[in-house]
Amino acid sequence: MTSNTTKKAGPDLGKAFKDAILAGIIAFALLGPLIGLKTDQNMDNQLVLVNNMPVALIFVALVMVGRFLLAAFIYPAIAAKGAKSKAAVSLAELEAKAKRTKRLSLGGLVFLFVYPMLILALFGVQGSIKWVDNFGVQILIYVMLGWGLNIVIGLAGLLDLGYVAFYAVGAYSYALLAINFHLSFWVLLPLAGILASFWGMILGFPVLRLRGDYLAIVTLAFGEIIRLVLINWKDFSGGSAGISSIPKVSLFGLYSFDMGATNNFAKAFHLAASSAYYKVFLYYLILLLALLTAFVTTRLRKLPIGRAWEALREDEVACRSLGINTTNTKLTAFAIGAMFGGFAGSFFAARQGFVSPESFVFMESAVIVAIVVLGGMGSMIGVALAAVAMIGGTELLRELSFLKAVFGDDFNPDQFRMLLFGLAMVVIMVWKPRGFISARQPTAFLFEKKTISGDLVKEGHG
Amino acid sequence: MSTISKPWDKDPVLTVEHLTMRFGGLVAVNDLSFSAGRGDITALIGPNGAGKTTVFNCITGFYKPTTGMMTMRHKDGATHLLERMPDFVVSKKAKVARTFQNIRLFSGMTLLENLLVAQHNPLMIASGMTFLGVLGIGGYKAKERQAIEKAKYWLDKIKLTDRADDPAGDLPYGAQRRLEIARAMCTGPALLCLDEPAAGLNPRESAELNELLLGIRRDEDTSILLIEHDMSVVMEISDHVVVLEYGTKISDGTPAETKNDPRVIAAYLGVDDEEVDKVEHELDEVQAHHTQGSGQ
Repeated sequence: MTSNTTKKAGPDLGKAFKDAILAGIIAFALLGPLIGLKTDQNMDNQLVLVNNMPVALIFVALVMVGRFLLAAFIYPAIAAKGAKSKAAVSLAELEAKAKRTKRLSLGGLVFLFVYPMLILALFGVQGSIKWVDNFGVQILIYVMLGWGLNIVIGLAGLLDLGYVAFYAVGAYSYALLAINFHLSFWVLLPLAGILASFWGMILGFPVLRLRGDYLAIVTLAFGEIIRLVLINWKDFSGGSAGISSIPKVSLFGLYSFDMGATNNFAKAFHLAASSAYYKVFLYYLILLLALLTAFVTTRLRKLPIGRAWEALREDEVACRSLGINTTNTKLTAFAIGAMFGGFAGSFFAARQGFVSPESFVFMESAVIVAIVVLGGMGSMIGVALAAVAMIGGTELLRELSFLKAVFGDDFNPDQFRMLLFGLAMVVIMVWKPRGFISARQPTAFLFEKKTISGDLVKEGHG
Repeated sequence: MSTISKPWDKDPVLTVEHLTMRFGGLVAVNDLSFSAGRGDITALIGPNGAGKTTVFNCITGFYKPTTGMMTMRHKDGATHLLERMPDFVVSKKAKVARTFQNIRLFSGMTLLENLLVAQHNPLMIASGMTFLGVLGIGGYKAKERQAIEKAKYWLDKIKLTDRADDPAGDLPYGAQRRLEIARAMCTGPALLCLDEPAAGLNPRESAELNELLLGIRRDEDTSILLIEHDMSVVMEISDHVVVLEYGTKISDGTPAETKNDPRVIAAYLGVDDEEVDKVEHELDEVQAHHTQGSGQ
C-alpha cells in the first residue's frame, strides 16, 4: 500500500488521505469497543456500560493524523534518503557535516556558560532552581559520565556495563572522607578520582582477559557487587540508609554555602538567602569538570595511548603484532574512564548531600551506556547530545501535566517515562543505527583532515 | 650437500630448532628446523594445511610451541628466545614484525594513523608514558613529527602518499596488502614475516610487491621470511626456500634446488598411479642422501 506512495517524488496527498481513512476505520474497529465502551459497576453492584466514546475518538484521530503524516511525508522522505545513502555519501557532504558539528559545539559551549544567567534573568532567583538544578546540573552529570564511559566503550571498544560502580566509589569516597576526616571537597575531588581509577584497575586485572559478552557480564556483576557491599557493610557505609548531611562544596574555602556560616555567600554579597546561588555554583562546577573530561579525552586521542585504544577497538590481534601491550592499554582505558566516573561521583555526593546504594543501581549503568551508544560511540558531541535527549527528555516528561486535560486526572506522564524512553531508543536505532554522530575525526593528518565515515569504523568486541 | 656450505647458516637472523606444535592429537608442525639468513628473503612454502601459518604463529608468539627453540640474533649480537616471549614482546623487543593472511588493518583509521600506531612504543616513551603528553610538556610534538616523517617515507615506498588521509578500509585490496607491509616495517623490525603477501593480487600488483620486497632487502636492515603460494614470487625474489608438507620439512635449499627436488614436485603435483613405485624408489634414494647430508 505504501510502496506506491514512496515511489513518487512529491507527497501524494490524496493517496495519503485514503490511507489515513483506512487506518482510522481499522483503529475505530479495534479501539471503539476496547476504549469507547467501558464496563463498570454502579452503586447497586450492577454491571453497567459507560460510554467512553470521546476518548476512543481522540485516539482514532491521533492514529489517522499519524498515518497521514507517515504516508504523505515520512515514508517518501525515508525512501529518498535510502536512495541517496545507497549512492555513497560524498566526502564533501561529510566535510560539511563535520563543519556544522564544529559550529554547533562552539555555539553549545557559549550557551552552556550563559545558561544560568539566562535562567536567572527569565525566572528570577527562586524560579531558576528547577531549571538550573534539574535540567542543567542533572544533564551535565550525565554528559560527564557519558564522556568518561566513552573512553572505555567508544574509544577502546570495551563494553563496560558496571560503570556506575566507579561513580559509587567516587561518591562514597567523598561522603566518608568528608564526614570522618573533615577534608574539603577540593582535596577529596582528586582523591575520589584516584580511588575510583584504583578500583578500575582492580577490576581490570582479572576481567580484561575476557572479551565481548563475557566482559560485559563480569563488569555488570562488579557493579552489583559494589552496590551489595555498600548495602550490607553497615558499619562502613551505613547500609541502605545511606550517608546523609554530607558537607557542601565551598567556593575554594572563601565563601561557604551553608546557611549558618559566617562567610555565607548570599550574606557576604547582601543577597536574599536562597539555595539558588549554590545551584548556580554547582552548575559551573560540573560544567568545568565535564569540560576537563572533554579536554583530557581529546588530548589523549592525539597521544599514542589514545591511538592504541582506537586501534584496539579496530583489531586487537593486529595491535599485539605491532608490539602494543594490550592488557596495559585496556587497563589504562578502564582506569581513566573510572577516574572521571569518580570525579562525577564525588560531585554527585556533594550536590545531593546524601548518598545511598539506591542511587547506584544497574539502571544507572544502562542509562550511561545508552547515552554513549545513542550518541555514536567515540563522538564527544554525539554523547553530549544524547545526554541532553535522554536526561532532559525524561525530565521534560514531568512537565507534561497539561496532558491531564486530555486524558483525565488519572493520567500521570511520569509513568510513561520508560515506555517513551524505549520507543525513542527504537526510533533512533532505526533512523541512525550508529548513533547521532557516527563519523570519526582522524587524530593526525598529512595534507588535510578528512572525516571518516562511520561505516568503516569498527565497534570493538571486548 | 653439507649444511656448512649453506650461506644462510653462517649468520642466521632466525634459527628454528626442533619446533613441534601439537593441537590435541593433531601434529601441525613436526620437528622443524631451519634458519633464515641475515639480509635474505626466505620463503616457506608447501601445500594447503602444511602448517606454514602455524610456524608463523609460533615465531611471532601467537602460539606457544609444544617443543622447540627459536632464536633471534640481532646485528648487535643480542639474542632473544622467541618461545619464551608473549606476542607483543616478540615485536617490541625481538623486533619481529608480521602481516596476516587475512588483512588486519585498522580500517576506520587513516593510512597515516595506521603507520603511527605501529610506532606506538617509541612514541609512548616520547609522551612520558602519557603523563607529560597530557600536560603538553616534553618533546612529544617533535617526536610525533619524526614519526610522521617515517610514515611518509613508507607511504612513498608503497606509492600511497596521496591517500595518506583516507581511511585504510577504503583502499583497494592490493593497496591494503602493501599498507600492511608498510605498517609492519614502521615498527623497525629485524625480521619481517609476511603471510601470503601476494594472495589475491593481479600480475601487475604482484610485480610491484616483488619490487617492494627487494627494495626492503636492499635498503633496510630487515630480513624477510614469507609464506607464499605464488611460485613466480617465490622463485623470483627468494634466496632460500623451505618446503613443508604435513608439518614436516621435505626440502630446504635455493629456489633452483627445491624446484627440481622430486619430493617437492610430488607434494605439489602428485604422481600418477603407475609412477608411484618409481617415485617411491627415487624418494628413498633422496631420503638416504638427505640423512647422509644432515648426519655429517
